[in-house]
Amino acid sequence: MKYLRLNLIGWILLLFMAALTPVHAARIGDITEISVWDQTVRFFSFKDPSLRYALTGAILLGLTCGLLGSFLVVRKLALLGDTLSHAVLPGVAAGFLWDMDKNPVAIFIGATVAGLLGSFMVTRITSTTKLKEDTALGMVLACFFGVGICLVTMIQRLPSGNKSGIDKFLFGQAASLGQSDIQLMAVVTLLTFGLVWLFYKELLTVSFDPGFAYSVMIPVAWVHHGFMLLLAFSVVIALQAVGVVLVSAMLITPAATAYLMTDRLHRMLLFACLTGMLAGIMGAFFSFLGHQLPTGPFMVLSAAVLFAVAFFFAPSHGVIIKWWTRRSRSGRVRRENTLKAVFHVLEQEKFRQEGVTLVELAELRRQTLDGTEASCLELVRLGYGTMPPGEKAFYLTPKGMRRAQTIVRNHRLWELYLTDAANYSPDHVHDDAEEIEHILGEDLVRQLERQLNFADRDPHGKPIPSAEEIISAHGTVQSSPPAATGYRKPS
Amino acid sequence: MSEMIPALDWQAIFVAPWTTDFSIYGWIFLMGFLVCAACGLAGNYLILRRMALVGDAISHSVLPGLAIAFLAANAWTNRQASGEGIDLAVEPSGHGISYGFAIFMGALIAGVLTTLMIEIIHTRTRIKQDAAIGITFSTLFAFGVVLISVYADKVDLDADCVLHGEIAFVSIQPFFTIGAYQLAPSPVIRMGCVTFLTLGLMVVFYKELLVSSFDPGLASSMGINATFVHYALMCWLSVIVVSAFEAVGAILVIAMLILPGATASMLTTRFPIVLVLSLLHAAASSVLGLHLAIWLNSSTAGCMVVAGAGIFCVAWVFSPSQGILQNWLKRRRNSKRLTGGEIGTETVGES
Repeated sequence: MKYLRLNLIGWILLLFMAALTPVHAARIGDITEISVWDQTVRFFSFKDPSLRYALTGAILLGLTCGLLGSFLVVRKLALLGDTLSHAVLPGVAAGFLWDMDKNPVAIFIGATVAGLLGSFMVTRITSTTKLKEDTALGMVLACFFGVGICLVTMIQRLPSGNKSGIDKFLFGQAASLGQSDIQLMAVVTLLTFGLVWLFYKELLTVSFDPGFAYSVMIPVAWVHHGFMLLLAFSVVIALQAVGVVLVSAMLITPAATAYLMTDRLHRMLLFACLTGMLAGIMGAFFSFLGHQLPTGPFMVLSAAVLFAVAFFFAPSHGVIIKWWTRRSRSGRVRRENTLKAVFHVLEQEKFRQEGVTLVELAELRRQTLDGTEASCLELVRLGYGTMPPGEKAFYLTPKGMRRAQTIVRNHRLWELYLTDAANYSPDHVHDDAEEIEHILGEDLVRQLERQLNFADRDPHGKPIPSAEEIISAHGTVQSSPPAATGYRKPS
Repeated sequence: MSEMIPALDWQAIFVAPWTTDFSIYGWIFLMGFLVCAACGLAGNYLILRRMALVGDAISHSVLPGLAIAFLAANAWTNRQASGEGIDLAVEPSGHGISYGFAIFMGALIAGVLTTLMIEIIHTRTRIKQDAAIGITFSTLFAFGVVLISVYADKVDLDADCVLHGEIAFVSIQPFFTIGAYQLAPSPVIRMGCVTFLTLGLMVVFYKELLVSSFDPGLASSMGINATFVHYALMCWLSVIVVSAFEAVGAILVIAMLILPGATASMLTTRFPIVLVLSLLHAAASSVLGLHLAIWLNSSTAGCMVVAGAGIFCVAWVFSPSQGILQNWLKRRRNSKRLTGGEIGTETVGES
């Protein structure tokens, strides 16, 4: 973890230095007729200084937004980022009005103030009225944006002043980033990473358990306000590259992607930064390929593609993996239920017969004969039993017997546990045990046995197959009752 | 800075729109009112169902539906006739129907797609609903912007117009004519149809909407399919949003959806009164917004939102039941009474 943080900081320093190198050249949009391949080569040769700016900007914003967005996503505040990003527009316009120029510092201050005012308004509305949070968020978002649109329209209709570029704040054009913009972005990124690194523990606690944070003397309100300030910063630096409307996507999508990939917050932060960075690079690349295309939408679409990949293929949270585990689990439950049914039939006959006929089995399971045969064949394939051709009967192998006994033991132990320890009445425990018998692990079973004093009868008076019995059934030594085998010995 | 705010000329700002220039501003006002009314009526249900941000999502994600509808209708008309470009602003009467239909379908599909995507992301994975909303609408919106910028020559949608729209162009649109009689500009007619349909649907399905919004469990016990109502509401919402798109754009429409209902629910708790008050708010914000826009020479839709927000703030402060001022007075009265030595004689429950 320590190494990882150092590594990240090293990268950021590198980017920072790259950003400060003075370079002057044409903007990206200057070239008009060049093939896709040439553009690709140009992109990856990094010779074009304005491209270097655009790329550095995209990477910086991907890092910052991914980092802060992760906290938003785990705190279920994702749409606060959306509101904040729309609410900065009047601040941008006001910063522009300050000296009628695209002065990054004035715009930065104006936008930050507007963003903070927006998040403050959301808190005030929800705390003083009966309106719900979503209404307050939507209202602040749209009203601030409306004020911003009025101001922007008024600025654009003014006779004087350098107003080119104010419309770039709506959809974002990374190519319009200048050196001073990049320096500002680098400073904010460094600040964000530094503060998150310093206050990682506080942020973690406040995000997951504000009550506990309060009880261990963490100033919850201050952490929240500080976080909002950082968030406003990151929204503002992302504005020129992604635009007001799509900043929220850069906050939410990489973080949500990372949320699907891992369960640990520090890893999630790392993944979110990487996803954001990758989305930034891809966005800059595609917008570079097609001339004059806005960067923001491409960045967002790249992030969405990465999200889609995680949605389907993420380990343990991806849809395909989950579908696969569910399928295999339901298959195992089905097989174990058949084994248990075989055991029950044998038990009814006091283990005097070697196997069970399919008719008996089908009657017990209330199944069709074909269905029973299919599930028995599945067991045969896995080596749990044999079905000699011509005989409509099923014989357990030792392995199958062992498995069946284990399941029945789990079931009856759990029933006994519920009646003894949890005071359930004996006629209420069966359904619960039906569920849990497939899940109980060996350790838990040992613990149950100990707690129940190695009881050998379940609440319904049926014998619980003991551990020794299960083990010895595998060996050559026959335990009691010697005549009751219940399975066919391998010949 | 000073050149930005013109002098307040009473005659030009308040009198002229309703007298000499009524032929222009009358239509602008009517259009603004129709948009606010339709959005406000539908928005009440969004607020009740705590889905205000789903409205936000739909208003963004109709954009790709709109862009694809334009492309499809363009391809269709190009195949039908000569390759003459057709745009939203000047709609030749011959192609109005196919365009209208394409846009209607685009809006419906976008609405269903958004609702489905949000549902899928949030039920199939551990991602919460708010993040699912954020991912869905931003992706679809970005897709729409990319479509518009790549096919800029084929889709006549200005990217800025997508964000804030412009009502002021309404009055220069070709008029819808019946025989020799010029009725109204065609966008006003279209929006009027949508608004009256909204009103009609709300009257006809009043009970279903109300019950399923307040208590989905009761609704399904009464035989109302709450899921169907949900999807139908989302579809109709996207139709409203797409009709309002041209006038107010993707983001200001959110304000039109939420502000009337939010203001009305500051003032009363009875739902029928909320509906009436939200219509009143729609009318007031379009009148005030119109004057504000003329005064500041600014975006009409933006000014209508600002006016609506102003009315909300007034209601927030002065609402007789739950306003800030009322709450403050109540608290002061209570504390005075408690410090005035009457504490022993009062019953506790009375405050």
